[in-house]
Amino acid sequence: MLTKTSPGTFVAQAIPKTPRLDLVVVANMVEPGSRVLDVGCGDGELLQLLTETRNADGRGIEISRDGVNECVAKGLAVIQGDADTDLADYPDNTFDYVILSQTLQATRRPRWVLEQMLRIGKRVIVSFPNFGHWRIRGQLLWYGRMPITQNLPVSWYDTPNIHFCTIRDFVDLARELDVKIERAVAFGPSGGRVRFDAPWWFWNLFGEQAVFLLSRKN
Amino acid sequence: MTIVRIEREKNSPAEIIRREADEPHSKVVRFGSDKPLKLDAGVELSSYQVAYQTYGELNAERSNAILICHALTGDQHVHNVHPVTGKDGWWDSIVGPGLPIDTDRFFVICSNVLGGCLGTTGPASKNEATGEPYGLSFPVVTIRDMVRAQAALLDHLGIDQLLSVAGGSMGGMQVLQWAVTYPERIFSALPIATAARHSAQNIAFHEVGRQAVMADPDWRNGKYLSEGTSPRRGLAVARMAAHITYLSDAALHRKFGRRLQDRELPTFGFDADFQVENYLRYQGSSFVERFDANSYLYITRAMDYFDLAGEHGDVLANAFRNLKARVCMVSFTSDWLFPTEEARDVVHALNAAGAPVSFAEIETDKGHDAFLLDEPELFAIVRGFLDSAAKKRGVKAPK
Repeated sequence: MLTKTSPGTFVAQAIPKTPRLDLVVVANMVEPGSRVLDVGCGDGELLQLLTETRNADGRGIEISRDGVNECVAKGLAVIQGDADTDLADYPDNTFDYVILSQTLQATRRPRWVLEQMLRIGKRVIVSFPNFGHWRIRGQLLWYGRMPITQNLPVSWYDTPNIHFCTIRDFVDLARELDVKIERAVAFGPSGGRVRFDAPWWFWNLFGEQAVFLLSRKN
Repeated sequence: MTIVRIEREKNSPAEIIRREADEPHSKVVRFGSDKPLKLDAGVELSSYQVAYQTYGELNAERSNAILICHALTGDQHVHNVHPVTGKDGWWDSIVGPGLPIDTDRFFVICSNVLGGCLGTTGPASKNEATGEPYGLSFPVVTIRDMVRAQAALLDHLGIDQLLSVAGGSMGGMQVLQWAVTYPERIFSALPIATAARHSAQNIAFHEVGRQAVMADPDWRNGKYLSEGTSPRRGLAVARMAAHITYLSDAALHRKFGRRLQDRELPTFGFDADFQVENYLRYQGSSFVERFDANSYLYITRAMDYFDLAGEHGDVLANAFRNLKARVCMVSFTSDWLFPTEEARDVVHALNAAGAPVSFAEIETDKGHDAFLLDEPELFAIVRGFLDSAAKKRGVKAPK
């Protein structure tokens, strides 16, 4: 499978035309024809996938100017902005889905961002790298160093990821925010899915990436 | 491209301005009393004319037209030699064959605004009823009135829906007004370095400019054209003050610093010792050669009155309720006349109204005028946005 890596690495080049698995998993959670906001949309790959395969009315927020310019050049509706502040400006229930794809761990206020997303969208989809995966635990346990994996290739002093969490941490936060977990998917490095009926501890150990579909209870 | 004759040598500036106001070096459409223009001021212009330039060819489906809206002191000469100054078109950097606003693919239209002085009816135009220039008897016009006149031009050209409407500063105000007044007539919109209303600070700057014009004894209560004078000093001061607001502290410092003009030491007098003073004096004196002082009063007033939310119960999102067009808003980091925060207000309102909107802030130290200058990032955004709009609309190249 393809994982989120810095541009130009071997993994990203291996299968250039196939969309990343985590993006496909996210896209499959979206009902066709929905209004979607992609928070931290990067170069617009997911938005394009949603437009093409789900006939979505997609919008994006992206912090980097390069990303915004690339999106605009692709004809996507993307606003330059910072998820950590700008989500407050969106009215309630504006979107069917608000998506945070591989961005949660890079926000300054993950909990606030999640709360805002739940306010703006009827449903929320979050995908993130699981810091509880056995490889990561192994690196800490055996070498006593901050983990570097294919999925998270940047050293601790350079990484934009400042708020890592594990699948169990995320489930705890979802409970604390009193939201309903409608669906959850976890998959390993080869793209194999973790068994649906496995307990959370098993997911937390063997899921390298996780995607959650959340909705408000009320 | 229209190549026009330059008659600077033969005529005085006042004569050139009078001539361009009535018989411009441009295409002109004249509307008679059968098609009066209803103005926001509550009066009608029973006859008026619109001067415009076009570049490129309209395709068979009439789907490749782009309207460019010019700024306060701009005009319709986007991409041809200017008939009065002899300079290149004001947006030559972005409009032309193969450029982001590609005249090989798009039919580009730009008209002089209502109240202007280069051929569209304004205070320097001859009032048919009196045979004299209107002067201050010309009704006060608004940005919406300007856009209404542009819509009349499009009717005349047989264009129902524009592929895009684009412009910076006051041109951007017109773009936003199009999105509000004629949402069904635009497929996309590209407002640059602009806002949904004129701020108190901007109104204040305009008032300084107008007072400078009106304090000039040669202004003659607005009747200078009839009386054969010209408020050159007042208009030059207005331009000098305004020009500072189009730049930034960093840009002025980079361009001039504290360098002296053609001298080693200060003269301890009030001559233009500093290069920046010399530059501003040049800006002022060259401006009065090509612009009518009353037009300056009217157009600055139109900008002051601009407040899109005000037309819609002070809720900007309501103004954009019927908009389906894609919008791409652009601002510049060093623009303190139309700062990014004001662009963001527009973007938030468009978002709240459900319009597909993109927004990019471009980092530059060139200030408000950056939209007229060589900004590769702006070019890339404009090109990408128009390409995708053309693709979405299925625009075919003209034969």
